Amino acid sequence: MPTQQKLVIAAGYTVLILTVAIFVFLAHQSWPFFAEHADLSFVTGDRWLPVSFPPSFQIKGFLVSTLLITGVAVLLGCPLGVISAISLAELLPRQVGLVVRSLFEITAGIPSVVFGFLGLRIVAPYVARVFGLQTGLTGFSAGVVLSVMILPTLVSLAEEALRAVPREYAQASYALGATRWQTIWRVIVPSARGGIAAAILLAIGRAIGETMTVLMVAGGRLTTPGSIFDPMRTLTALIASEVKNAARNSAQYHALFAAGLVLFVITFAVNALAAAVIVGGKGRRSS
Amino acid sequence: MVGKTEARVELQGVSIYYNKLQVIKNVSLTLPSKEITAIIGPSGSGKSTLLRAINRMNDHIQGMRIEGLVSMDGQNIYGEKVDVVALRRRIGMVFQRPNPFPKSIYDNVTYGPKLHGKISKTELDVLVEKSLRQAALWDEVKDRLNSSGLDLSGGQQQRLCIARSLAVEPQILLMDEPASALDPAATAKIEDLMLKLKQDLTVVIVTHNMQQAARVSDKTAFLLSGELVEFDVTKKLFTAPRDKRTDDYISGKMG
Ligand SMILES: Nc1ncnc2c1ncn2[C@@H]1O[C@H](COP(=O)(O)OP(=O)(O)O)[C@@H](O)[C@H]1O
Ligand SMILES: [Mg+2]
Repeated sequence: MPTQQKLVIAAGYTVLILTVAIFVFLAHQSWPFFAEHADLSFVTGDRWLPVSFPPSFQIKGFLVSTLLITGVAVLLGCPLGVISAISLAELLPRQVGLVVRSLFEITAGIPSVVFGFLGLRIVAPYVARVFGLQTGLTGFSAGVVLSVMILPTLVSLAEEALRAVPREYAQASYALGATRWQTIWRVIVPSARGGIAAAILLAIGRAIGETMTVLMVAGGRLTTPGSIFDPMRTLTALIASEVKNAARNSAQYHALFAAGLVLFVITFAVNALAAAVIVGGKGRRSS
Repeated sequence: MVGKTEARVELQGVSIYYNKLQVIKNVSLTLPSKEITAIIGPSGSGKSTLLRAINRMNDHIQGMRIEGLVSMDGQNIYGEKVDVVALRRRIGMVFQRPNPFPKSIYDNVTYGPKLHGKISKTELDVLVEKSLRQAALWDEVKDRLNSSGLDLSGGQQQRLCIARSLAVEPQILLMDEPASALDPAATAKIEDLMLKLKQDLTVVIVTHNMQQAARVSDKTAFLLSGELVEFDVTKKLFTAPRDKRTDDYISGKMG
């Protein structure tokens, strides 16, 4: 076996082992919590009161916030991302494409704390004004910022999927008298839909995991938000903001690990689904 | 439609360039209506380029430039007011490698008709059966119209592509080495099919297989390095070529 191949396989196993190790670590650290709260109220209840007597650790509000903010990011980001990918793959002249692509690459390199800052100073006040809110630090504002942050991943993966569509399909379409738009919408995009779906799933995974931006922009209410225009806190923001204050091996400490385990399971499921879509699509094409 | 039976294509002094490179050199020929014309010649001699000039598929190639006149029923197809979409409805094309869409057999056939306006499901059903019958594929696929076109064998895929072209009811069918990726049995089917098709339409086939040209075509054009060396009735070209280079090529003295 060539060395290169050995390295790739070694890297693959390392990642697999690491993933399992992280899961085991999270499970182990949150075990004391689950041992005491062996019911579903952890994810269905709304009371996160770490310093009350007795304390209560329920994460429904954070779960809902994570889903709402991710939802906004995806609803805004996906149409934009897919259209950008189509433009890059099919419409823009090569030179313009190069510029646009490097803009996305630069976006990908901006630290999330900078995005948080822009959200805090620009997006949040703007959202407050447009929607007449007391504060712009809401889930919606965070979703708007996240929708931009997920674009680089989304666009580059979706573009790759579109470019992988055999040119012969487009040629056949043109030869039948299709216009460019008809060819794009009826042949190229449908042929790439597996790859585009995977790109969207990976972008969702990225949005769920984003921490600093939502911590800065989404506000900090700990209970289940009534609307997307409420302040809210995601699972990631919860963990990031409290873990440094939780005494080691305290009830709060274990509860935060339990929240981390939930987050891990969700993102793992999304990414696994993306991988399944990619592998499934490849299998069909080669048959 | 006027001209439906005519479909006469004429090339007059056609030269084609890819950037600086001239690949077709001052070619003039008339494609007889409802006959099969074969274009033969070694690889790289410009056969595909010449074929694509007829339905303007070369337009998609960056740096392509064409001189001379290509006309269909007396109308310059490179004229300013020509609707390329409408032109390509009248001139179908089948490619070297079978390229069905990754869609169902049914959707492959209805793709073209659906591009050009609303059609009822009943009309589509009729069109699908008619086109697949014309392409001699109906009996093999009539029970699985909803399965993917990619699940068919290579020969079936190519006939599906032919059916897909026929569904827009073209007057001319351009075929670029349509059997070169197929086994002899599948090739024979395609050749039979071409002979049937010429009852209804004009067929142009590019091939580097001289036996194939001799078997199916009425007229043959021999292209060498972009130059039309000889264009004649097939039988004549193969038995009594006028040009020494044609003789060399058909007797296998040339690559
Ligand atoms: N898209 C293209 N861009 C530039 N040159 C091309 C292109 N397609 C073909 N050619 C060149 O044009 C010449 C004729 O090619 P082609 O028409 O494909 O010949 P044939 O079909 O007889 O093999 C060849 O020299 C080939 O390299
Ligand atoms: Mg060719």
